[in-house]
Amino acid sequence: MMRELYTQVIMDHYKKPRNHGEIENPDIEEHLLNPLCGDEVTVYAKFEDDKVSEASFTGRGCSISQASASMMTERLLGKSRREVEAQIKSFKAMMTGDEEFPEEDELAALKGVIQYPSRIRCATLSWDAFSRGLNGG
Amino acid sequence: MYDVKEIRDDFPILSREVNGKPLVYLDNAATSQKPRRVLDKLAEYYELHNANPHRGVHRLAEEATMMFEESREKVAGFIGAEDSRSVIFTRGTTESINLVAYAWGRRNLREGDEVVLTESEHHSNLVPWQLAARDTGAKLRFIPIRDDGTLDMDEAEKLIGENTKLVSCIHASNVLGTVNPVEALAEMAHANDALMMVDGAQSGPHLPVDVASLGCDFFAASGHKMLGPTGVGFLWGRPEVLDSMEPFLGGGEMIREVHLDHSTWNDLPHKFEAGTMNVAQVVGLGAAVDYLNALGMENIREHEKKLGEYAYRRLSDMEGITIYGPSEDRTGVVSFALPDVHPHDISQLLDEEGVAIRSGHHCCQPLMRRLGVAATARASFYLYNTEEEVDLLMDAIQKAREFFGAFAS
Repeated sequence: MMRELYTQVIMDHYKKPRNHGEIENPDIEEHLLNPLCGDEVTVYAKFEDDKVSEASFTGRGCSISQASASMMTERLLGKSRREVEAQIKSFKAMMTGDEEFPEEDELAALKGVIQYPSRIRCATLSWDAFSRGLNGG
Repeated sequence: MYDVKEIRDDFPILSREVNGKPLVYLDNAATSQKPRRVLDKLAEYYELHNANPHRGVHRLAEEATMMFEESREKVAGFIGAEDSRSVIFTRGTTESINLVAYAWGRRNLREGDEVVLTESEHHSNLVPWQLAARDTGAKLRFIPIRDDGTLDMDEAEKLIGENTKLVSCIHASNVLGTVNPVEALAEMAHANDALMMVDGAQSGPHLPVDVASLGCDFFAASGHKMLGPTGVGFLWGRPEVLDSMEPFLGGGEMIREVHLDHSTWNDLPHKFEAGTMNVAQVVGLGAAVDYLNALGMENIREHEKKLGEYAYRRLSDMEGITIYGPSEDRTGVVSFALPDVHPHDISQLLDEEGVAIRSGHHCCQPLMRRLGVAATARASFYLYNTEEEVDLLMDAIQKAREFFGAFAS
């Protein structure tokens, strides 16, 4: 059962987070705290020609929150503001079970989290932060 | 001393399984489990005696009133209060502290006054004072903790002074496992004509408490952490202080005479008990107090101290672990962090083994900042936990570390 939650993909992103660190002069810098547990994340992004040219994150948290943030930065790279918004909305719908995880999508590694309601917020924390940053906080 | 194996049978929930494993319940600082005697009392009250106390002359109302007031006597005896009218039933510690912050704080605090708290307060003994300070212009000051989690009493001496109107402090920490010297703080407060409030959420269930020897003016605790039902707790106050206070909530029962334009207040304790109370829960709390008295609070304290110290010793052997709070003279609350597995993940992996612990900030965000962490894992023991359960906890932690370690870094 734990293998369904702690998938290889999640553990890989957790142990080797992609795009971890700050970005200088970012267009988005948004800090968000999970009041339930105290975990925190800050997401950074830069836009060029309305497309995400750089995205990164810092923070401390559990494997789910850190892996999800890492995957998010990779996923949003190169997307327009409109595409970013659609992707965040779609991801959040997947995490509430309102939308299916596409097969063969890396994000489907987070599917197991749905079985643990108290952990869903861990997975959505960085995505919420990005969304807030996009909409001016 | 009581026989732990024997009394475990009194708690029906302790025989259930989680994920096919026997439940090892180590989240007692959050809430305790309930003995059969308390559960039976709730059912008995509803099946035989249910009525609205203090409001009728019929038989059931008399019985309900008697049972309700008997619980008040029991709670008063439990904390060494001479006058049971000084015990006010509330929803829990949080409501008790809010009662004082509203009914006493907003009336007595002025600009320039100071309320002295500590760095290790639970949010329930911090946020109500932030709200009161915002409304009155009073300032909050904080006694720092030393690196081992104990209060810096030298700083306390400096902070508590002529501007201090109230000192309020947790008796025992829900994170550090410390017991604070509230008697000494009460002396410092009184030497400056200030009042002393003790948040007993983590001491009432675990230590013998005597409000007279603590020397405090207010003492608050929650029923659900001491074998009682949820939805009930109490505030004890020195009668003359409670008498001098205005009511907190207005409504039925708390009045003497009501006119369209004004009212007068009922006597203690009813002045502070507006509306129909959680009667069954209060009655259940009385049964919980009986149970605790039968075991003896001294015995419970000794049992938990041993378990807390045993857990501390066993955890100390784990490589890379950080344990918060002192190694000895601690309660049954043990918080820790591992470098390789985040508290949430430990907690999740332990659940797989049937072991229930808490992870997170434990409603102590400022303390977490002081400790330099976002979260800790916390095992908290109670009178029914055993050394074997500590061993099961250790095995489960070891297994969690191996599980995480198996993934390549």
